[in-house]
Amino acid sequence: MITGSTILFYLLAGLTLTCGLLSVTTRQIFRAAIYLLFSLIGIAGIYFWLQYEFIAAVQIVVYVGGIVVLIIFSIFLTQQAGEKLPKQQLGRKIFAVLAVFCGFALTMLQVYQHTFFETAETPVPTTVFNIGKKMMAVDNGGYALPFEVISMLLLAAMIGCIVIALRSKPETK
Amino acid sequence: MMEPGLYHILFISAALFFIGVYGFLTRRNLITMLMSIELILNSVNLNFIAFNKYLWPHKMDGLFFTLFIIAIAAAEAAVAIAIIINLYRSHQSIDVENAEDLKY
Repeated sequence: MITGSTILFYLLAGLTLTCGLLSVTTRQIFRAAIYLLFSLIGIAGIYFWLQYEFIAAVQIVVYVGGIVVLIIFSIFLTQQAGEKLPKQQLGRKIFAVLAVFCGFALTMLQVYQHTFFETAETPVPTTVFNIGKKMMAVDNGGYALPFEVISMLLLAAMIGCIVIALRSKPETK
Repeated sequence: MMEPGLYHILFISAALFFIGVYGFLTRRNLITMLMSIELILNSVNLNFIAFNKYLWPHKMDGLFFTLFIIAIAAAEAAVAIAIIINLYRSHQSIDVENAEDLKY
């Protein structure tokens, strides 16, 4: 029985994997960034399909709206327009394909040999209310401490970016 | 076509991870290597969400791990791009083959 949900899942999976593969193989760097964008949108679609709407929204806001735009900006700042990336050496490509294929086969073998046990407990609805309550909780199982640590990390990263990208003044007049 | 379940999502996640690894091994441009790392991080996020959905639906630990990974990935991308732009200023190139001196 093929339902609309199943077809949607396979479409999203195909979009994600195809765009991901094109993103690492295309020789035009701007196209690579655009393929990465569509791959990330496909993953956000899979989150929607799994009914984790909050994570899907965060994925779109942070990755699609933030990181990809940052990558496109840095491409504009560092690349000449229309210039293709140099061709890879064939030997390196062959070894990379071999390593990746062996790793993938080994991983999938392990996954299919393993049996996962599902619980019978009632699922918690992943609404924004529940997520916010859990994130701010300080008793057992709450995530208030990692939340604070992440905010310190973001502050440190922001200051670090400014310091690293700061143009140093010329020393001699 | 089967009804999609945990194994299907694990397959997508593993495939995306190894696509990212392939890009990281073959690319020699720092920005494209950064893109491969983003693909790898996304595959890990997908894994966490799938396990949370199918195996531990009464908890929200996987969801929070994903949220924190997304936050750290954003910080990591920002710092990496600052370093790349600084490298481009001093070397006029962002190829890893040209960035081999530690100090100059």
